[in-house]
Amino acid sequence: MTATLNRLAPSRRPARLAGLLDGARKVAEAIATPLVPSDYLDLIDPLRAGAELRGRIVSVAHETADAATITIRPGKGWLGHRPGQYIRIGIDIDGVRHWRAYSLTHRADASDGLISITTKAIPDGKVSNHLVRQATPGTLVMLDQATGDFTLPQAVPAKALFLTAGSGITPVIGMLRNHLGELPDVAHVHCAPTEADVIFREELRGYAAASRLTLHENHDDVAGILDLASLDDLVPDWREREVWVCGPTGLLDAAEAHWAEAGLAELLHVERFRPSIIEPGEGGSVTFEASGVTVDADGSTPILDAGEAAGVLMPSGCRMGICFGCVVTMRDGAVRDLRSGEITVADESTTGTKIQTCINAVAGRCDIEL
Amino acid sequence: MTLAPERTRTTPTTSAPTTPGINSRLSVTSAEPRPQRPEFKKSGRPNPAAHLSAEQIEEIGRELDALRQEVLDSRGAKDAAYIRKVIKTQRYIEMGSRAALLFSGVKVKGVRPMWWLGTAGLSVAKILENMEIGHNVMHGQWDWMRDPKIHSTAWEWDNASPSSQWKHSHNEIHHTFTNVLGRDNDLGYGILRVDEDQKWTLFYLFQPIWHVANALLFEYSIAAYDLELGGYLAKKNRMSDEDKAKFRADAQEVVTKIKRQATKDYLVHPAMAAATFTGSTRHTLTANIVANLVRNVWTNTVIICGHFPPGIETFEKASIEGETRGDWYLRQMLGSGNISGSKAMHVMTGNLSHQIEHHLFPDLPSNRYAEIAPRIRDLMDRNDLKYVSGNLAKQVGGVYWKVVELSLPPKREGTTRRATILRAAKRAVRGKGGAGRRY
Ligand SMILES: Cc1cc2nc3c(=O)[nH]c(=O)nc-3n(C[C@H](O)[C@H](O)[C@H](O)COP(=O)(O)OP(=O)(O)OC[C@H]3O[C@@H](n4cnc5c(N)ncnc54)[C@H](O)[C@@H]3O)c2cc1C
Ligand code: FES
Repeated sequence: MTATLNRLAPSRRPARLAGLLDGARKVAEAIATPLVPSDYLDLIDPLRAGAELRGRIVSVAHETADAATITIRPGKGWLGHRPGQYIRIGIDIDGVRHWRAYSLTHRADASDGLISITTKAIPDGKVSNHLVRQATPGTLVMLDQATGDFTLPQAVPAKALFLTAGSGITPVIGMLRNHLGELPDVAHVHCAPTEADVIFREELRGYAAASRLTLHENHDDVAGILDLASLDDLVPDWREREVWVCGPTGLLDAAEAHWAEAGLAELLHVERFRPSIIEPGEGGSVTFEASGVTVDADGSTPILDAGEAAGVLMPSGCRMGICFGCVVTMRDGAVRDLRSGEITVADESTTGTKIQTCINAVAGRCDIEL
Repeated sequence: MTLAPERTRTTPTTSAPTTPGINSRLSVTSAEPRPQRPEFKKSGRPNPAAHLSAEQIEEIGRELDALRQEVLDSRGAKDAAYIRKVIKTQRYIEMGSRAALLFSGVKVKGVRPMWWLGTAGLSVAKILENMEIGHNVMHGQWDWMRDPKIHSTAWEWDNASPSSQWKHSHNEIHHTFTNVLGRDNDLGYGILRVDEDQKWTLFYLFQPIWHVANALLFEYSIAAYDLELGGYLAKKNRMSDEDKAKFRADAQEVVTKIKRQATKDYLVHPAMAAATFTGSTRHTLTANIVANLVRNVWTNTVIICGHFPPGIETFEKASIEGETRGDWYLRQMLGSGNISGSKAMHVMTGNLSHQIEHHLFPDLPSNRYAEIAPRIRDLMDRNDLKYVSGNLAKQVGGVYWKVVELSLPPKREGTTRRATILRAAKRAVRGKGGAGRRY
């Protein structure tokens, strides 16, 4: 008897359990219709397991005059991250939800389960200014799981170089906080307008003082913008180092050119916070079919921004052309890639053409399926 | 039921007022203002806007556009907090009421307190969901928040009619063709004669009965109406296969929705009540039936007060050709009426008590109608236009009286009403030009 049970148990029990759970789910759905059960459960615990990923701001701590670290308690569904990765955060500002990407800066092994991002307020920046100056502990924010491949490889490099500027320090501080002990030889060149603008200044200097890395700070207002040719003096063995670069577009473009010229492009890892935009084209009108909305947009406004401004529910991700989280079908018309100027025309012989809305602007007119 | 044809877009997609945030459906613009309006409508009744010049009407349009922009620009965190609070409150009321109903069979001193509490709460929850939340969310009033959970494209309401179909018949047809005879099916819903200019037929003789039945079954009649069931039955033989297939798919959608709604209210919740062993199954069932009836009658009451009370204008088909934005606004103002009352009453009507403001700006957040109402009234006063408003009893009474009064044919010279009715009845009996022809 017992033997039979034991034999049956492993195969049957999960199936029965699954059946039971499925039944329970169906009943819960029948109770909640036309809503879904989570609409009610969210009222009680928005951070519970199984809920859409959200987080609650725990603290906002200033790093410099215009940068702050926002610590967040993520929902139970948080899966963790690899240092260097970023998350998307959706926050309501003046009642309107805005999504932006931010690199994770916390220690991955911290026992409190909290995560953090560090944001630098940029002039006229909607979300960055809100996070740095207005966000308050207790605020509920939307989150996405961590993503991105600006990370250290499994086999850590013998020699590493981090080249960062401004808020570009954020993914790198994540790597340093979590992996510095495993990295045998680290050089770090960081640029900021002034000494006071260096985010994590004391921490970086602490690492340098403890000889865990060699640090060179370039204060642009004093020393001028960093010329990559000077790397020969600052980090003479830079050609031997695997390098991670993050910062404003100018630095990234220069680094790509510099390493390519040296024939070392394969050593270079780049993290961009925004796409490099070329001269915009004409613009035109965008029709969102399912939403029944038509808007005029100029040639430099991504379709993503134009749609959001009109209240259309636009899927989005990094907002800079890397994650493909914003792809939708264009049924008709044409768009222009803001990075390359390349025109994509809707293929009329099929049901439409897939486009990324975050880096395409309308060229004349276009019809979007949404 | 004749389906009003889709309005051909008067604005090509590339033209002006389609800046972000402006609902393109509202851009009923034409470049040329029309000539002075005639003093009388074709029916012989006075034209309420005859004293306005084309320029004055355009000025009204500009003023209203500016007002609209003012509200759009000031939407913010307070408004978002408002709708979230209403939704949260509604869900807690619903959960609390449903919980109470689990014990609705328990008798204390001859009454079942939990039944009364639960039924009242559930009625309120359903009304809030349909009116202040569902109706307004589906209008896109909250789309600007970009919260996918509170968005017109995502909302499904606690009502028999699937929101996609309701949105089409309500947002696209009723709001575009407000009170245009023969175009706006909401005008009497195809079963009521609520305006003298609607042609009388024998069918309307019994409209007090139709009206009460419609109110009691309102969610189902809305579903049938949004589905254009009447039109299908009348024109089935002349319909193309494509249209028939579309109808069948829509009908399937309605059936699925009704099934789901009925399963929840009349099966699952009563069954759950059985588990408390308090004899509450039957009482939960009756509570759900009563709550749905209360919701039906209340929503019907509010809605008939929006366009049918005395003093509200209707419009002839021809009068809206080449309508400018100013004309469109004018028609919305004259074709709607408000209900005055307390704040709680406004919320329970989904702010449709501010029907005039709602019709002018269907996609502005409902919590803002109250604040612009005095300015609309002022604008109408200045332009010598009648701002129709009254308390609930007065407005409802007016409509019910009309339903009775207009069930009879209009008085004509040389014949009595009695004779008209008898003639129609005879014709009906002989099967010529039936009693059922109502359009
Ligand atoms: C993968 C990834 C990781 C990121 N990690 C971080 C991070 O860790 N910390 C951080 O502070 N930011 C980070 N960003 C940038 C961040 O997502 C926002 O773009 C930034 O905060 C600006 O948003 P905003 O709403 O304040 O500006 P917006 O209101 O969107 O833009 C205001 C103006 O600033 C310009 N602008 C937009 N982005 C930038 C930018 N990055 N630099 C300069 N000008 C800009 C716009 O063109 C516009 O003119 C990251 C971006 C990506 C894609
Ligand atoms: S949002 Fe990431 S590619 Fe467009």
